[in-house]
Amino acid sequence: MAHVQNLRDSRVSRRTFLHAGAAVGGGLLIGWPLQGAAQPAATATQAQPFAPGAFIRIDRAGKVTVISPMIEMGQGTYTSLPMLIAEELDVAMSDVAVEPAPANAKLYGNPLIAGVQMTGGSTSIRAFYLPLRQAGAAARKMLITAAAAKLNVDAGSLTTEPGHVVHAASQRRIGYGELVDAAATLPIPSDVALKDPSAFRIIGTPAKRLDAPAKVNGSAIYGIDVRLPGMKVATVSASPVFGGTVASFDEAAALRVPGVHQVAKLDNAIAVIADHYWAAKQGLEACAVRFDDGPHATASTADVVAALATASEKPGAVATSEGDATAALAKAATRVAAIYEAPFLAHATMEPINCTVQVTSDGCDIWVGSQVPDIAQLVVSKHLGLNPEQVRIHNHLLGGGFGRRLEVDFIAQAALIAKQSKDPIKVVWSREEDIQHDMYRPYYYDRISAGLDRQGMPVAWNHRIAGSSIMARYFPAAVKDGVDPDAVEGAAEIPYAIANRHVDYVRVEPPGIPTAFWRGVGPTHNVYVVESFIDELAAAAKKDPVAYRRALLAGNPRALHVLERAAQKAGWATPLGPRQGRGIALSQSFGSYLAEVAEVTVSKSGEVHVDRVVAVVDCGVAVNPDTIVAQIESGIIFGITAALYGEITLRNGRVEQTNFDTYQMLRIDAAPAIEVEIVGSSEAPGGLGEPGTSALAPAVLNAVHAATGVRLRKLPIKPEMLAAG
Amino acid sequence: MHDLNINGHSLSVDAPDDMPLLWVIRDILGMTGTKFGCGIAQCGACTVHIDGEATRSCITAISDVAGTSITTIEAIGETPAGKAIQAAWLNLEVAQCGYCQSGQIMSASALLAGNPKPTDADIDAAMSGNICRCGTYLRIREAIKQAAASAGAQ
Repeated sequence: MAHVQNLRDSRVSRRTFLHAGAAVGGGLLIGWPLQGAAQPAATATQAQPFAPGAFIRIDRAGKVTVISPMIEMGQGTYTSLPMLIAEELDVAMSDVAVEPAPANAKLYGNPLIAGVQMTGGSTSIRAFYLPLRQAGAAARKMLITAAAAKLNVDAGSLTTEPGHVVHAASQRRIGYGELVDAAATLPIPSDVALKDPSAFRIIGTPAKRLDAPAKVNGSAIYGIDVRLPGMKVATVSASPVFGGTVASFDEAAALRVPGVHQVAKLDNAIAVIADHYWAAKQGLEACAVRFDDGPHATASTADVVAALATASEKPGAVATSEGDATAALAKAATRVAAIYEAPFLAHATMEPINCTVQVTSDGCDIWVGSQVPDIAQLVVSKHLGLNPEQVRIHNHLLGGGFGRRLEVDFIAQAALIAKQSKDPIKVVWSREEDIQHDMYRPYYYDRISAGLDRQGMPVAWNHRIAGSSIMARYFPAAVKDGVDPDAVEGAAEIPYAIANRHVDYVRVEPPGIPTAFWRGVGPTHNVYVVESFIDELAAAAKKDPVAYRRALLAGNPRALHVLERAAQKAGWATPLGPRQGRGIALSQSFGSYLAEVAEVTVSKSGEVHVDRVVAVVDCGVAVNPDTIVAQIESGIIFGITAALYGEITLRNGRVEQTNFDTYQMLRIDAAPAIEVEIVGSSEAPGGLGEPGTSALAPAVLNAVHAATGVRLRKLPIKPEMLAAG
Repeated sequence: MHDLNINGHSLSVDAPDDMPLLWVIRDILGMTGTKFGCGIAQCGACTVHIDGEATRSCITAISDVAGTSITTIEAIGETPAGKAIQAAWLNLEVAQCGYCQSGQIMSASALLAGNPKPTDADIDAAMSGNICRCGTYLRIREAIKQAAASAGAQ
C-alpha cells in the first residue's frame, strides 16, 4: 500500500516483529496454530506435529502445512509464500498444504503495514520474503540436528534432498516425517544461514498453484459457502442514503413469507432471517422498508466535484517541496496546466459481500473472507462487548478483495444481526446492496501545471491533489502534517528528474460517502495524472513520448530499462491504422517498476477498443513467475474496466448504479491481447498485485490521444468525448 | 414437492415454485460449487447445464426444470468435455480468486461439447456472459483451445 514506505521504519512494526521472533525463540509452539484455526478438522489426525514457530507444521508422514499469514484472494499468495518455506526447508511443493492463519497480529502481523495482519498493498512477498525463508531454514536445521543424533554422525556431514535428510557417506536417507518427534524437542535456532539465490530450486521457477485444483471442481470454500448446523440465511437492506436510518417496516408481512423466521432491525438497516436466501430476499421485499434519508438526502456527484474544485483553489498540505517551483514556473519559456478528474469506483468483487456469525455464551465465531482478520476481531469485540480473544475468526478464501475486504463494516453488521438470534446466521448481500453500499475509491480532482525550458523539458512542476483521505480514517497515525501518504503516493515521488517540484494535498471529504482503498491505491489515481501529464508535456515540446521520458530517466536505470524494453517489444515506431494509437505509461510503485504500452482503436462513434497491451516489469527477484504474469494480466483487465466503464455516481444521496448491467465489467469479447515480460533481477522482490492496474489508464488515454488528437482528462472514457466530427 | 435430476441423482425438493434453481442447489441441497454473483443473469457465476445447455440458474425457477437433467460443477468432470476443460484450466493456471471459475468452466464445457473446434468468435459468443473480475480471459480463451486440441487428439 502507498503508506508502506512511510510505515516501513515504524517502531510498531519493529516491535511486533521482534515479539514474534521472541515467541519463536522461546520454545516450540506445538499445536499452537491449531487453536481457533479455520480448519480444525485437519488437526485431529496430526497428534504432536513438528511445529517450529508459527508458520510451519510437519506431521509424521512428512506432510508440510504452511500456516499462511496472508490470505489468498487470487494473487497467488497460497503458492508463492509456501514456495519461500519449501525452498529453505527443502521439500517438494507437492508435499505442501496451506491453511489460513488465525487472527493473531503478534504472530502473523504484516511487518510492512505496522504489524497489522493485513493482506494488501502488494506487500505479501515483500513482507515475508525473509521471515518465511528463515522459518524454513530453521526447521530444516532442526531436522538435520535430529537426524545427526539418530544416525550418530556429525550434523555437518548431513545434507538434505526434498523431504529427506541424507548422509552421503553411508548412503542413508531419513524422511522428515521420521524425524519430527525428535526435532520437536529441540530449540529453534535463531541464526540460520539462508541459501544463496544461485542455489534456488523453487524460487524463480513457475510453481503450480496449490489452490487451483479446488477451484476447478467446485470444492473450494469461500466465506459465502460456509454451512453450519442450524444455520439461517439473512439478507439486508440498508439505507440507500449513507447516514439514513430505518423509519418503518412491515415485520408481519415479512413473517408471512414461508421460510422467514425473524426480522432483525439495526439503526440503518433491516435484515430478514430465513431458511434460505430466496426466502430472506422475498421477506425483505415484503418488509417494504422505508428510511429517513438523513443529512445527505440531496448529495450528488456534481456537488462533490464542485466542492473539490473550490477547495483545490487554495494551497494544501505540502507533500513535496524541491527547489522553487513557483519561481521556476514564472521564468519558464512555456507553461502547461491541466485539471484531471477520477471518479468514485466500487470494488464489485465477484463474491458478493457476506459474513457468517454465531454468537454463543462464551463469545462469537465468525466465518468470513477478510484481508484483515485481526481488525475484524477487534471491531466485533467492541460491538459485542467481548474481549478480542473471545472473537474467533475463521478466515476463508476470498472471491476477490481489491481492497473491499480490508473493510469490516459488513462483519460488524453481521455480528449485530446474529446477536439477535441464537442460530448461526449467514448474512449475504444482494449484488445491488454490494454495489450501493460499498466503500468507494475516492473522487479525486487534480490541478497540475509545469514550466518548460526552451528545449521543451520540464523545469517546474506543481501538482495539487484534492480528495478524501482514506488514511485519516484507517491509519490516522500515518497522516503527518495533513498529508495523507496514500493520496499522494505516485505523485510526491515520481520516476523523473525534474528540478523544481511542489506537490500538495487538500483533504475534501464527500458528504456521507464512505471511501476506501481500491486496487492500486494511491498510484492508481496519481500514475494516471502524472503519466497523462508527462505525455501532455511531450506533446507541447513536440517530442516523442518515449524519447521525452527517456531524457528524464537518466538517473533511474530500472525505470529506464522497463520503459525502453516495453517500447521495443511493442514496436513503438511501427505505424498503426487510422484512428488507432499507441500510448505508454510508467509506474514505479510497490517496489516494482512497470511500463505498459497500450494500442487502441477508436471508432467513429467514439467507442474505444483496447487491442493490445505490452507490459514489462522489473519486480526484483521473481518468486513465482507465472503468477507475476497472471497478476499483470489481471491488473490490466481490471484497469481497462475502470478506464472504459468505471464510474459510481450519486443522485439524491443514492448511488445510481445497482448491478453489472449498470456497473459494467470488461468481458472476454472486449479483452485485448496481452504480452508480459519479466526483467531478470536479483534486487529485493517488489509487489505485483496492483501496478498492472495503476499504469493502465494513462497508457490507454495516451493511446487515445495518439489515435485522435483528443486529450482526455476525466475518467471513465465516454464515446461522446471522442465521436468523430 | 419438485422432482429433480441433478448429476445423475433423482431427488425431491420442497421449495416454492418460483425459487431459483441456484438457491435450491446451494441452500437446500448444500452444493456450494455453483456461485451467486448477480441474481439477474449478468455475470454467469451461477451457470449449470440443463440438458447440456449452459443455463443461468439464478433466474431459472425450480418449477421450470422438472423432467430435465441438471449438471453442476461438482459433476462436470465426469463428462468428456468437462474433463478436458478442467485439465486445460489447471495446465494453464487459469484461476485466480476462482470464484467465477465454476461458471466459466460450465460455459466452456457446454461450448466444447457442442462445438469441438470453437473459433475465437465462437468463444466470444459462448463466454461473454461470464464475468471474471480477476481478468483471466486470455487464459480462458487459450484453455478452451487447448482442451479442444486435446479432445480432438483422443
